[in-house]
Amino acid sequence: MLIEMIVNEEKVQADIKPDMMLLDFLRSINLKSLKRGCDTGNCGLCTVWLDEKPVLSCSVPAVRAKNHKVTTLEGVQKEAEEFSRYLAEEGADQCGYCSPGLIMNVLALKKEIKNPTENQIKEYLAGNLCRCTGYQAQYRALMKYFGIEEEQC
Amino acid sequence: MEDLKFVNKGIVKKDAKALLAGKPVYTDDIAPADCLIIKLLRSPHAHALIEDIKIDTALKVPGIEAIFTYKDVPEDRFTEAGQTFPEPSPDDRLILDQRVRFVGDPVAIVAGRDEASVNRALKMIKVKYQVLEPILDFTKSKDNPIVIHPEDNYVAKNGQGTDPLRNLCASQCRGEGDVDEVLRNCDYVVEEVYHTKAVNQAMMEPFCAFATKDIYGRIKIISSTQIPFHVRRIVARGLNISKSNIRVVKPRIGGGFGAKQTAICEIYPAFVTYKTGKPSKIVFTREECFIHGSPRHEMQMSVRIGADKTGRIKAIDLYTLSNTGAFGEHGPTTVDLSGTKSISLYRDLDAFRFKSEVVYTNVLSAGAYRGYGATQGLFAVESAVNELAHKMNMDPAELREKNIVHEGDRLANYYGQTTNSCALDRCIAKVKEMIDWDKKYPYVQVGPHTVRAVGMALSMQSSGINNCDVGSVQIKLNDDGFYTLMIGCSDMGTGCDTILAQMAADGLGCDFDQIIVRGVDTDQSPYDSGSYASSTTYVTGTAVVKACEKMKQRICEEASSLMGLSGDQVEFDGNLIQEIENPDNFMELKDLVTKLEAGSGNIIEVTQSHTSSVSPPPFMAGAAEIEIDLETGKITPIDYVAVVDCGTVINTNLARVQTEGGIVQGIGMALYEDIQYSEKGRLKNRNFISYKIPTRLDMGRIRVDFESSYEPTGPYGAKSIGEVVINTPSPAIADAVYNGTGLRFRTLPITSEKVFKGLHQK
Amino acid sequence: MYTVKKYVFAETLEQAYELKQKSRNNIIIGGNLWLKMGQRNIQNAIDLSLLGLDHIEEDEEGFRIGCMVTLRDLEVHENLNRTFDCVFKEAVRHIVGVQFRNCATVGGSIFPRFGFSDVLTAFLSCDSYVDLFQGGRIPLKEFVEMPVDQDILTHIYIKKDSRKICYQSFRMTETDFPTLTCAVIKHGERYMSVVGARPKAAVLVDHITLSDPQDAKEREVFAEKTASFLEFGSNMRGSADYRKELTRIFIKRGLEELTGDETC
Repeated sequence: MLIEMIVNEEKVQADIKPDMMLLDFLRSINLKSLKRGCDTGNCGLCTVWLDEKPVLSCSVPAVRAKNHKVTTLEGVQKEAEEFSRYLAEEGADQCGYCSPGLIMNVLALKKEIKNPTENQIKEYLAGNLCRCTGYQAQYRALMKYFGIEEEQC
Repeated sequence: MEDLKFVNKGIVKKDAKALLAGKPVYTDDIAPADCLIIKLLRSPHAHALIEDIKIDTALKVPGIEAIFTYKDVPEDRFTEAGQTFPEPSPDDRLILDQRVRFVGDPVAIVAGRDEASVNRALKMIKVKYQVLEPILDFTKSKDNPIVIHPEDNYVAKNGQGTDPLRNLCASQCRGEGDVDEVLRNCDYVVEEVYHTKAVNQAMMEPFCAFATKDIYGRIKIISSTQIPFHVRRIVARGLNISKSNIRVVKPRIGGGFGAKQTAICEIYPAFVTYKTGKPSKIVFTREECFIHGSPRHEMQMSVRIGADKTGRIKAIDLYTLSNTGAFGEHGPTTVDLSGTKSISLYRDLDAFRFKSEVVYTNVLSAGAYRGYGATQGLFAVESAVNELAHKMNMDPAELREKNIVHEGDRLANYYGQTTNSCALDRCIAKVKEMIDWDKKYPYVQVGPHTVRAVGMALSMQSSGINNCDVGSVQIKLNDDGFYTLMIGCSDMGTGCDTILAQMAADGLGCDFDQIIVRGVDTDQSPYDSGSYASSTTYVTGTAVVKACEKMKQRICEEASSLMGLSGDQVEFDGNLIQEIENPDNFMELKDLVTKLEAGSGNIIEVTQSHTSSVSPPPFMAGAAEIEIDLETGKITPIDYVAVVDCGTVINTNLARVQTEGGIVQGIGMALYEDIQYSEKGRLKNRNFISYKIPTRLDMGRIRVDFESSYEPTGPYGAKSIGEVVINTPSPAIADAVYNGTGLRFRTLPITSEKVFKGLHQK
Repeated sequence: MYTVKKYVFAETLEQAYELKQKSRNNIIIGGNLWLKMGQRNIQNAIDLSLLGLDHIEEDEEGFRIGCMVTLRDLEVHENLNRTFDCVFKEAVRHIVGVQFRNCATVGGSIFPRFGFSDVLTAFLSCDSYVDLFQGGRIPLKEFVEMPVDQDILTHIYIKKDSRKICYQSFRMTETDFPTLTCAVIKHGERYMSVVGARPKAAVLVDHITLSDPQDAKEREVFAEKTASFLEFGSNMRGSADYRKELTRIFIKRGLEELTGDETC
């Protein structure tokens, strides 16, 4: 199916198979930041924005992005710098495999909720799994990024 | 420590920028687009013989390049365990076998141009099985008439107590003193059986590897592995070709936790590329990571522990039965840690005994998972210590304070070693303070039907395997005086590239950015046994320290000869080489390199390797606070406090993150990760819907601190950190549940329903 | 993973309906989260996303929710949640994560009548109706009992009334499928319950009377009667017995909240 979509602000035309997922399509055009971590929608590693909203690209049929805007971490490098720096300063990148998905969802959170509470942050990011960090270092980075004072730790 | 600029600091990881920018640095990101796609046809039966296998129609599917069955593979058995040769694990597997031993055991390798064609071909392979009765209950495996490895080319390794005809992968017994007699005379004895399951590492990056042929016709394997040098050997043995024909490269790894200390998937692309000459790759689905991974060994542990009425622990008797599954990877060794790392926490025992047996069953092969048997043993022994304290009506913290090892103590079941660095007493004191133990123990009522309860446990691990693990390091001095640090150990997200560079920068007195670290390529990197057994900081780190010393010595030699002096007349401060007696006579490092590169001396490269005769244990105390709903049984983690003695902390950020991550994995094992099988041996937990690892809403708060001892044999006084941190949650949470409800759980995980049932049977 | 031969962006509902009648292998694609995990060989994947079915419309009588509205839309719709005691927010906030809920659709959650559905429990706790392209408007509680057929669910309609709802769920981890979902409803002087993830699909129990809402004993009797009336099954997330006991506890707690008994 020949379709057109906007990927990271560039028009992309492609002939896409009807059962190809957006994740596989984006990786096939060399946007490798997004990963496949599961096949069940649980891990959040494949998070991209579809028209500014974070979605699981593993579950979105690529053709459904027809005439829509798709954004991956490659397209928001500048915007991602600040939060990435906080992550790095905490050592919260660890293996880094879940980082792109997390960063995309954190940036989406920042756009959607101006001054999120700790609880809102945790709930918003619950669909981003990480097995290395135990989330606590990510949490420290998030508190700094959102300018929330930590009670302890 | 004051004059160190990088060690003991929270230095940002060298690869952080690339990782956080989402750069294509992982195995599947860099695989060539023209790789053949490999998938495996898997056995639907737990135990069967292949009577007939038809691949002719499948081969006709357009795009299919090759299909291999057991008829096509070499006959010699090998092991996929990544351990130093000769691996203790038995040689008990073929690339493909006529006998399949678990649901998911590979039956055929299919390679084709794309996933769709391979999937079609998989459906067209017709297999006729002679279905055999499986052994699924590991307590019934030993001496069962069903034999899982009857083959006559099975190779057992020396001294492991192996007897395949009895389904025994390994067995041993050791001890000191007369345990039965000492226990008979104890005033208090606890005797209980504990059970832990085959939990999955669930690293975010699945198993994956690809292979190509290089310009010399050799097989180049790029793999997400913790053990590149072992993969070279394992693949060479599996293919029955010379190791010189294989090169293994490790890019960035998306987590390992021991899973990738077994060569789970490398053999398939290696075999396909060897046979077809074409590049090929395999990427496991998450389901395949569950059904054909390398999970923790399921263990059943019978503990007897006794004390006199003053609270002195006098004897510990531990019998561990371990389930290695269909193959013996890491079977003989994991079980050993269940005894060495648990019994040895307690000093001055009059007697101990540690007996173990490792059996085969028809479930997937177990492997290495962070903690490597210690996690299981510590759940049992630390739970038993808690139970002993309750029986004596003593605070479990106090019982521990009376009995734990101190610096200078001989460790009971630890190969005769003593500990020269131990701050366990301080760890306990700090943990009690941080969690407010004296106020909260045993529990506090917080609502009409909710309580908050606390529980505690201790942990120790090793720092590498003594007289076995080898780390080697090569440092090259380059133009302008920057250094290349060549290492053979695998950074799998842990940050070892960074911490070894921190050590090197302080060792050479240069800036951190002057150290360039190269990842592993077996053609180029110096040999390293790999990143496992908590060895990298301690073993490879010491090699870095040695190499820095050697480098400084060589710099002085070359510079002094150009200055017309002898080597011992100059000293090197990281930048200048100065005459000791006459500091005005000096040479800058960059000028030295310029001269050497212009032919005025010898180019400087040094290589040092290290192996240790001891394996100094890091220690840790952990305490959990949980909330229990006494109506529904629901357990909610509230707070987890950990204080670790890993010797000198090399990177304060990364050590903390290691600890936090290990604890959350431990919480998952304690409460959520519930491996279940169907009656026919099919694993029920095949994805993250049915295998629940903790999300950020399931772990409460984690707080970590360090009480450092100084390990004299370690680099800058360091010991290990990677594994010791996963061991305390299970026993600490189990005791918190007891303290809040009076219910004792000896099988993991402790689910809310179990608590509910217990509460309502009381 | 499924296979799809052809992907069709429906231009009208009529077209989608006709295509769906032609073969059982012509499937409406909702959020595609569960569908793609299956092994189906789909002939025509029918996409309704160009038909304007992704709106929540409110009038004086109620809310009309298009089948392509996402669970996240339900979660953040202020009026909807204000009107129904945040039941939708509470019901969906545990479902995996925001990215998942931005994909999953109301139609995809209700039409298959999944047993594990929080969404179905939440809608059943309100006076809800499904609008079927062919079948017209049917009360949701009847729709739940009907077999899955070839019709197309286009909207869900919820009538506003003065009911109060307390939604609870039990999960092994915070974002897991529920072991049990339970909504307790106070409508006028009448009390009702919806229990889902039994593990069978949610059902409304509206025939048990609570004679004295202020009496803790009576509330327990009501909870016990409801729990005993329902059938429960066992799976990896819990046994039938446990589900029954959780039902009893949650209904008791729900009633405590709805009756505002300060002693609880």
